Amino acid sequence: MRLELRSNKDFLAGLLFLILGGFAVAVASNYPMGSTMRMGPGYFPTALGVILCLFGAYLVVRGIRTGGKMERGWAWRPLAFITLSIVLFGFLLDRAGMVPALVAMFFVAAAAGREFRFKEVLLLTVVMSAFAAAVFLYGLKLPYPLFPGVWWIS
Amino acid sequence: MDILNNIILGFGVAFSPANLAYCFVGVTLGTLVGVLPGVGPLVTIAMLLPITFNLPAVSALIMLAGIYYGAQYGGSTTSILVNLPGETASAVTCIDGYQMARQGRAGPALAIAAISSLFAGCVGVLLIALLGPVLGELALKFGAAEYTALMLMALAASAVMTQGDAVKGLAMVVLGLLLGIVGTDVNSGMSRYTFGVPELSDGIGFTVIAVGLFAVAEIVVNLERTEASAAYTHKITGLMPTGKDLRDSSWPIVRGTAVGAFFGVLPGTGPALSSFATYLLEKKLARDPSRFGKGAIEGVAAPEAANNAAAQTNFIPMLTLGIPATATMALMLGALTMQGIEPGPQVMTSKPELFWGLIASMWIGNLMLVVLNLPLVGLWVRLLRVPYRWLFPSIIMFCCIGNYSVSNNPADVYLCAVIGVLGYVLAKLDCEPAPLILGYVLGPLMEEYLRRALLISRGDPTVFFTRPISLAFMIATLLVLLLMIAPAVRGKKADNA
Repeated sequence: MRLELRSNKDFLAGLLFLILGGFAVAVASNYPMGSTMRMGPGYFPTALGVILCLFGAYLVVRGIRTGGKMERGWAWRPLAFITLSIVLFGFLLDRAGMVPALVAMFFVAAAAGREFRFKEVLLLTVVMSAFAAAVFLYGLKLPYPLFPGVWWIS
Repeated sequence: MDILNNIILGFGVAFSPANLAYCFVGVTLGTLVGVLPGVGPLVTIAMLLPITFNLPAVSALIMLAGIYYGAQYGGSTTSILVNLPGETASAVTCIDGYQMARQGRAGPALAIAAISSLFAGCVGVLLIALLGPVLGELALKFGAAEYTALMLMALAASAVMTQGDAVKGLAMVVLGLLLGIVGTDVNSGMSRYTFGVPELSDGIGFTVIAVGLFAVAEIVVNLERTEASAAYTHKITGLMPTGKDLRDSSWPIVRGTAVGAFFGVLPGTGPALSSFATYLLEKKLARDPSRFGKGAIEGVAAPEAANNAAAQTNFIPMLTLGIPATATMALMLGALTMQGIEPGPQVMTSKPELFWGLIASMWIGNLMLVVLNLPLVGLWVRLLRVPYRWLFPSIIMFCCIGNYSVSNNPADVYLCAVIGVLGYVLAKLDCEPAPLILGYVLGPLMEEYLRRALLISRGDPTVFFTRPISLAFMIATLLVLLLMIAPAVRGKKADNA
């Protein structure tokens, strides 16, 4: 890939749409198509996939001709930390309880920011965990443990 | 009087202590996120959406609606006082509002903004009450062909009117339609795009998509930017506008309301576009246009009226036709669907307490907002000092707990992270998420109507052009797509949040 294409917004968007559209068509080819009068489950997705490919192809061509460059580079670091914090929460909630899940979530998410002040994050975690326990476990009675094996019985 | 009875019913619903409380929570949260830069109503509604699953439908809708129109009020406060629009729809208010504040007239500017918002809000609510039943009646005559054409028009408009590139907008609509297909096909019972994952057989959850695209991706985008800090130094002395202020702004308020109400009903356009349009209109009509940009009170009154009117009339197509005009309305529609209510014209007759209760609550909410915003303005301004590094982890917390709670399944939380990554990549490539969510919401319905229309016509696609109402929608769709080619119109586009 030529270097300038790697930061070419139109080219990359077109490429992404082409891949997704092609994928949609390929998967839908396993579904019965039916006819225009009696559409099978494959009809609509195939049509959409083809249309998506057409838009993608147009954007690729336009990108090569007159593509705009991305203003900033990719923010991989914040993206990775935010994604990890969400996944950790999902993983820990019923295994370890809400408080450990929130501690992990807050500290990893806060690491995505520009500054990380330990005391501030700790305070934020304590305040928001208490709030979440009060609203979600006590108020809305969601069925999650507070700590491993500890339930808020109200 | 049928309408009178309905309004009485509505107020009965809205005045129940619980619903009053939800309305209050909604408008307070709305003001709060309108004030805070970097957190808009869209993010807030997305993050609270899963939680509303645990509430009754009317209360959920009342609260979410409160957030939406409350943000229009809150956004104007920061525009006037610190020249920072908390919200895109208030960006225009900065121009003259901030100048007024610099001239020591922050009080009257805030008061006029609140008065014009209140007036526009009341007119908007009245319009919903009057137009809703009429449109609903009309929509009952719609067949499958009409609905397909109407959805086509709404989707095309949302793609073309969106902030960025129209072709990317159209591609996002198609991608949204495809995401909406994931799950079990209602006609054949066949699983599509589920790849053997049992959690996907009911489709990708609405809240997963909404939270991933509008909250998670948005946070990452915000984190790459530098934090804007604002300090307010002007003193607010006296809120009362003078008699001249009121006279000068009375007609602009009426005109702004009219423009806003009009754009609010159209698909694809919302508060932001209408506030820009009405500002330009006032500038053109003014006897001395040079005053604009130097603290003209009309420049505050008209856009504030327009954005609030549009925020109310936005509800008309969503409530009566089941067709959302903007991304925010798509989220509201999703909230309804999650509650097991099939949106469409029948909602008004089968669930009158929902429709009229919501309308009555909007009227009450607008009154609450004036009380919340004017005397408490100092408090809201102080909130501007809350740094984003405290806000974004808290938003993530709501997103996580909310998504988990919908089906008590960690798979939804993981999927939300994946959608967040996709949303971030798309945002970096200048692909707006609004058309995608509209496509996603309408996807399954559109396939169903398209199938039905073509089955009835025995596979003849001209059915969309031979029925008059359907033909009108098809022509409108074509006109919208033609707009895409006209560069003059596309120069003045705004965010359609």
